[in-house]
Amino acid sequence: MIFQSFKMAWKSIASSKMRSFLTMLGIIIGVFSLVVLVSLVNGATSSITDTISSIGTNLLTVTISDDKDRPFRWDEVTALADSEEFAEAAPSANANVTAKNKTASGSLSVTGTTPGYASIQGLELGSGRFLKKADVENHTYVAVINAYTAEELFGTANVTGETISLNGIRFQIVGVLAEEESTSGFNMERMEAYIPYTTLMRLSDSVKDVTSFFVSSEDENSMDTAENRLTQLLLERLDSDSDAFSIQNQSEIMETMTSVTDTLSILLGGIAAISLIVGGIGIMNIMLVSVTERTREIGIRKAIGASYGTILTQFLIEALVISLIGCLIGIGISWLAILVVAQLLPDYSFSLSMGAVWVAVGFSALIGVGFGSYPASKAARKKPIDALQFT
Amino acid sequence: MICLKDVCKTYWMGAEAVHALDHASMEISQGEYVSIVGPSGSGKSTMMNIIGCLDLPDEGEYLLDGQPIQGYTEKELARIRNQKIGFVFQSFFLIPKMTAEENVELPLIYRRLPASERKRLVKEAMEQVGLDGRMQHKPNELSGGQQQRVAIARALVTSPSLFLADEPTGALDSHTSEEIMDLFHELHERGNTIVVITHDESVANLAERKIRIKDGQVSEVAI
Repeated sequence: MIFQSFKMAWKSIASSKMRSFLTMLGIIIGVFSLVVLVSLVNGATSSITDTISSIGTNLLTVTISDDKDRPFRWDEVTALADSEEFAEAAPSANANVTAKNKTASGSLSVTGTTPGYASIQGLELGSGRFLKKADVENHTYVAVINAYTAEELFGTANVTGETISLNGIRFQIVGVLAEEESTSGFNMERMEAYIPYTTLMRLSDSVKDVTSFFVSSEDENSMDTAENRLTQLLLERLDSDSDAFSIQNQSEIMETMTSVTDTLSILLGGIAAISLIVGGIGIMNIMLVSVTERTREIGIRKAIGASYGTILTQFLIEALVISLIGCLIGIGISWLAILVVAQLLPDYSFSLSMGAVWVAVGFSALIGVGFGSYPASKAARKKPIDALQFT
Repeated sequence: MICLKDVCKTYWMGAEAVHALDHASMEISQGEYVSIVGPSGSGKSTMMNIIGCLDLPDEGEYLLDGQPIQGYTEKELARIRNQKIGFVFQSFFLIPKMTAEENVELPLIYRRLPASERKRLVKEAMEQVGLDGRMQHKPNELSGGQQQRVAIARALVTSPSLFLADEPTGALDSHTSEEIMDLFHELHERGNTIVVITHDESVANLAERKIRIKDGQVSEVAI
């Protein structure tokens, strides 16, 4: 019987193709916007989270707000790496300076730190070496610059041994970082340099003591142990004042990021769902017209043995089939659209979000049944004699 | 077979009550060929609706095959129409977008018969009305007489206890009318019960028995 109803529904849809297509259009557009928007957000999200996790999810960022008049020294921080809970520890401070070569100049962000920084942040050297402990101890004027700086100021990446002037002080370039592969698709390249922490203290007036440093754990699994141990150590050091410092967990940042993008995709999906509902109203409208047009047919069917339930099922299935065909077409178009976008923006990993597809199918079915039920019950309630006399 | 006792049906036209059937009683036995005649507005359409279980009487009793109809639900009435009654209407009432074959098949689908049996029964019925060559034609590709034959095939495909024809020749020319009435005669010969409702005396006279309705009241007339 259900199979027969599907056959009848198909026949009636196929008998007025243009009208059926226009009815479906609302659903097609709704499904298209739902699936494409959610897929795009998901694609962008996974690019962003990939970027974050490439920095490392075993990273703890510590900010000291109150040092209890006993400032942190850089060697106190690097000594943390000796305890077994932590892999590396490095202080970090930033300053903006003017970088100059003989011919070119530009604004550069300089980071003062210690040797451990390279492994914590996953920096890769293209040539030369990173900072050494001796550099920090002796406040030497050496710098490691990123490839972009080398290109901007020297026109070549091969500048190890050259000198660069930062705020008028000459630094020897001991290493150049490898060129970054753009994974995120965001072009955020800027001029960066790394110098010994102690040297930065001399170069910049604002940098004195360590107020911010990074600690890494052995791997992601030991993050909690590392964070607990670090909290304990800092509480001891800072008179048990938990407000004097804060520890940021990289995986927490990741979670925050994920919840932000989840909210975004729910929001966009919700807006798209509204257009699906509008499509549903279109279905109801056409079904009502169709029920009136087919009053005679309903009468005939009832006369030869169709009951309330039979007619109800027939019209409900017709509405359901219209909305599901619309949904399928919408998914097909979305799939094509995402293929095209993925071709145009190869940096992002865009793909059809299966979650969104299932939501679209479920929602379309719900809309078909929901908005089809009023016209269907209107059809099924018709009395056979009245329906037969209808002209 | 059919037994109506003091059946009343009243319609309201605005504030005015129209007694379409006023204490009408009649009996039709198995295998009879009966015509019900009367001028328009006499209540014969109401009679047809009640006999055909399309409508329920306000008062009185209607027994079909010994079963009282008024206690039935909408669903049971649909089942009775499907199994016991074969309708033939004045304007054929075929579904225009379905082929002749599909129109004839429809009551069998509502009866939930398997496809193979449906196919066999439809073929038999179409052969009986002499239209087995027109299975795939749509109603608008058939002449009036052919459409009425399809309608008759649709009625007889379910082997109903009762053929109920409402002005079956009303939309046909006299030659085609004769053919259709011959078909009813043939059905009667095979033992079917036939009730023809008409205002045309010449059609009514073809039956074995004639019942006249006037102002909602029934009287037997000799042929």
